[in-house]
Amino acid sequence: MQWLELLSDYTFQNVVIGASLLGLISGPLGCFAVLRRQSLLGDAISHAALPGICLSFIITGSRDIGGIMIGSLATGSLAALIMLLLTRKSRLKTDAGLGVCLSLFFAVGIVLLTYIQGTSNAAQGGLEAFLFGQAAATLRSDLWVMGGVTLVTLSLLAAFWKQAKLVTFDAEYARTLGMPATAIEATLTAMVALAVVVGLQMVGVILMAAMIVAPAAAARQWSRHLGTMLAIAAGVGIVSGVSGATISTLSRGLATGPLIVLTATAIVLLSLALAPGRGLLWGIMKHYLQKAELQKRQLLYTLYKHPARPASRRLSLSARLTLALLKRQGYLTRSQGEADWGLTTTGQAKARQVVATFEEVAP
Amino acid sequence: MVTSASAEPALSINNLTVSYHNQPVLWDINLDIPAGVMAGIVGPNGAGKSTLIKSLLGLVPSLSGEVLVHGKPYAAQRKRVGYVPQRSSVDWDFPTTALDVVTMGLYGRLGWFKRPGRRERKEAMDALDMVSMSELAHRQISQLSGGQQQRVFLARALVQQADVYFLDEPMAGVDATTERAIIDILRRLRDAGKTLIVVHHDLQTVGTYFDWLLLLNVRVIASGDAKDVFKIDNLRQAYGGQIALLGDHESLTFPASKVT
Repeated sequence: MQWLELLSDYTFQNVVIGASLLGLISGPLGCFAVLRRQSLLGDAISHAALPGICLSFIITGSRDIGGIMIGSLATGSLAALIMLLLTRKSRLKTDAGLGVCLSLFFAVGIVLLTYIQGTSNAAQGGLEAFLFGQAAATLRSDLWVMGGVTLVTLSLLAAFWKQAKLVTFDAEYARTLGMPATAIEATLTAMVALAVVVGLQMVGVILMAAMIVAPAAAARQWSRHLGTMLAIAAGVGIVSGVSGATISTLSRGLATGPLIVLTATAIVLLSLALAPGRGLLWGIMKHYLQKAELQKRQLLYTLYKHPARPASRRLSLSARLTLALLKRQGYLTRSQGEADWGLTTTGQAKARQVVATFEEVAP
Repeated sequence: MVTSASAEPALSINNLTVSYHNQPVLWDINLDIPAGVMAGIVGPNGAGKSTLIKSLLGLVPSLSGEVLVHGKPYAAQRKRVGYVPQRSSVDWDFPTTALDVVTMGLYGRLGWFKRPGRRERKEAMDALDMVSMSELAHRQISQLSGGQQQRVFLARALVQQADVYFLDEPMAGVDATTERAIIDILRRLRDAGKTLIVVHHDLQTVGTYFDWLLLLNVRVIASGDAKDVFKIDNLRQAYGGQIALLGDHESLTFPASKVT
């Protein structure tokens, strides 16, 4: 009953559609940013959107989403450009260049924001909402603009799929094939700026970088092809957008943007731990299984090669565990109390196998 | 066919100078590499071997100079040139398969919008087969060994069906089997009339691998037939006396592969 009411709620519909659009665009484009090691560039671009928002407000005098998008796109791209120039032409390293750009543009943005707040313009109320996003204020007309940007960006990506993929993997090689690699790289960066612009209303400039990086990072764990990675990233983006929006609507008063980001981050953590093949848990498990297997073989080998040798008093815990395990599996017997371990017939056979493989490897 | 190829150089470089900031990396390179040879580029670290290849391919801007591939400027001859970059130049954790990487070699031919189809996949499989990697075609590239990754890169260049191949240290950090396999493939290509230009760092094998040689240290120290170039005086000039040599005057034996 509550759900039906929720689904027919106008604001909730807007928020959910907006969040889905954001996930749809930021996931795939974030993949390229992450694979090109430009995750933080998204952060710089999104922080640099703030002065654009303010400038557009100063010029147009309204909070119309079109103007704000153009403004933030302009300053965001400018920041990316300055960052690239700084790292290419000066001795600044990429991280330092990013840091300089990010804080410079964000500081200018905050100064402009306080300047606008100082002027008594009635329409300025809530401009600071772009810092952390204000999902509930999303209008139907905003959604059309966001949808349009998403559609154009994704179709562009589909059309130049080959180029985007090769330039991301190996830009120099792409250049030798005659591709305008620099232009394609610039376009991919500009597209990240577009994704940021779509997310301004939902999650705001400060947390937007998470929406670029998190779905891509999660998707990389589960995918074997670039195409699947993009699809999964879009899925993760949409799921976190929708669930973040839902949680925030159900528990009144909690900010939507940060909840979306938190959901996305939770998915990243789960993926890092659990993804088959790449997940940390599997890695740890595999490590211990292999170690146990090796220890088992090594013990069998030793007992077979040096049967007369009495067991040392101080066995390590892992050795004792392995001995107990081997006994349970029927490979070992323990005669005369504590000290003497002996191989059973099956143990002998198993040990011969181990010895044979060892002798095969190291003659 | 062979006579015309031997008359016209596969690669000719005139007055090539490349600088990095204001430090010259390559100084006034003049060079003709005949067609159908396996040419080695040898020199100490920082001699500009990789930079030479990259500037020929237009990846590094040059101050001056002209590069002709089979008599025409490189830009007009892109399709006749294949490139095998250093293995370490890309991130191998990219989500893709060996076959897919090889297919990338055909992207230039496909033009802007055409997608690789069955025919392209077949060609890529054939190239993988040539480097004995067809069984690993669908393996993630991050799960390949260094030698296998190098073979994938070689296959990606093979699929281009070029006439002139540039290879940047293809033997760096690969196992002995792969080195053998790569050399065999390169020799086969040379015997088919292709020109191979290989940056190489292992002086021990230079004499056996190459039939044409460029000794480089910012300037051209010596170039020409490997037999004439691979001489102690030239090497000493290129490597600046730090070279340790054993054995008698002409048969050069080096104590280790890493001569700095």
